[in-house]
Amino acid sequence: MREPITISFSGGSALLLQSNSSRFDDQFQKRIWSLASDLTSAPGFIETVPGMNNILALFDPEQIAPEEARRELTDRWAKAQPLPRRGKTVEIPVVYGGQNGEDFKPWSRHCGLAPLEAAQRHAAGTYQVAAIGAMPGFPYLSGLDPALAIARRSTPRLAVPVGSVIVGGAQAAVMPQTSPSGWHIIGHTKIALFDPHRDEPSTLAPGDIVRFTIEDVWL
Amino acid sequence: MIEVLTTGAANSIQDLGRNGRFDIGVSRSGAMDRLSLMIGNALLGNDLNAAGLEIAIFPFRLRFDQPTRFAVTGAEGDVTLGGRPLPPRWAASAAEGETLVIAPPEKGARVYITFAGGIEIEPVLGSRATDLKSGYGGLEGRGLRRGDRLTVAAMPPMRAFGAALDPFAMLDFANPLPVRAVPAAEFSVFSADARKLFSRWSWRVTPEADRMGYRLEGPELKLERRLELMSHGILPGTIQVPPSGKPIIQLADANTCGGYPKIATIIEADLWIVGQAGPESRFLFTEVTPDEANAALRRQRLEIDALARTVAVARSLAG
Repeated sequence: MREPITISFSGGSALLLQSNSSRFDDQFQKRIWSLASDLTSAPGFIETVPGMNNILALFDPEQIAPEEARRELTDRWAKAQPLPRRGKTVEIPVVYGGQNGEDFKPWSRHCGLAPLEAAQRHAAGTYQVAAIGAMPGFPYLSGLDPALAIARRSTPRLAVPVGSVIVGGAQAAVMPQTSPSGWHIIGHTKIALFDPHRDEPSTLAPGDIVRFTIEDVWL
Repeated sequence: MIEVLTTGAANSIQDLGRNGRFDIGVSRSGAMDRLSLMIGNALLGNDLNAAGLEIAIFPFRLRFDQPTRFAVTGAEGDVTLGGRPLPPRWAASAAEGETLVIAPPEKGARVYITFAGGIEIEPVLGSRATDLKSGYGGLEGRGLRRGDRLTVAAMPPMRAFGAALDPFAMLDFANPLPVRAVPAAEFSVFSADARKLFSRWSWRVTPEADRMGYRLEGPELKLERRLELMSHGILPGTIQVPPSGKPIIQLADANTCGGYPKIATIIEADLWIVGQAGPESRFLFTEVTPDEANAALRRQRLEIDALARTVAVARSLAG
């Protein structure tokens, strides 16, 4: 039951291992975490960037030649067992709708739900951090109720404010900083997800469990 | 101390950037032309990673409040210290009260000013580089403003000298700039036409070109079949092709993950050329293997090491 993968070079000193499927798979992601942890002690490998069902592995070509690195990555992937990681649980209180959640009502309509019901279903879910990336501290969360999925906006907003609780496709997330985004803004939280001056700058790590709680709902 | 007299907000403090925290979404940032920053540091006997100023908005003026050793590298144009012209890639001493003026360059887009000992500022996440997008590093994560005062070491005067290493000699901005790239994950999914066009077209840099990335103008690069990619790690130099078919080069301050198909990755040894190419410049891409990419970078490092050794010998001879 090995899913097909592709390994390719990203320049002269990095390899991208990715699933050939376009659907996110939890078990596959657990193997990605396992591979990331294994690569920290692999000679010549210097850094990994776990993504969604993929991983970018950076190596030092002075220590390991590109083709040798590719073989090493292939071998280690074959041996990678799903890492049943369950990190800390982080509660994120959300004010749904209102000024800071301007897509809340159109989103609940799209889902065919009353606004309060949509908020309750969003808050009822158990989410897991699959990966952190794109911008500092940005969590890619799996576990969104499929009934709450919504295609991304055709035109991204140039500035989605920090703290925005957002939905894009089958994924949920929270904005750690003000940035452009094509995801829908359904609410807002005051929780800071990133502080470069902390010992551990990112509040969340892969494997962490996220629960949204309802602080308020603007109907 | 030095004081900034004239600047634009896109000018910033940069070193060679942040490594090791791509996994929490931290961009590399750092100089867009790392080669010129390293040459500037080598000229002063600095650690190659010492922080200097990246100047992309001109004119730029600063005043030295103390005797200071500095170097100006990168884009070529009129540079004066106290009204006297300085040649390109030149290290010199400024006297207290003297003003350094950098006019819009004639060749290249970014000038680097380095200082003996580097700019003294607290590193954030292991680097002094300014991440303008995320707002940390350098001066509180922002670009330079008039009146900013920066701490650099006071140093007795030295004899001025220049670098024998001149990467700009090979750059002809009137013609497409040769840039090498390694084919990336989705290269083979592009149509045969697109793959040919990629390395035959001379791609024009649009005005949408900054530290995050450059949008290129040219023919539409089409995929053979539709692709749904999940978000994955990308490095500076990645050439993505969004649904519009127009390539985007992701650069220093780019997001660490993306979801667009990638046709190629510009090699590290040639990223400095991209950093020196402003809007209207053209690129001609050549496909190379990872081994060729690494050999090119190794050669560049050897050249810098040789320059640093020459400078060390020259300084010991000068006493």
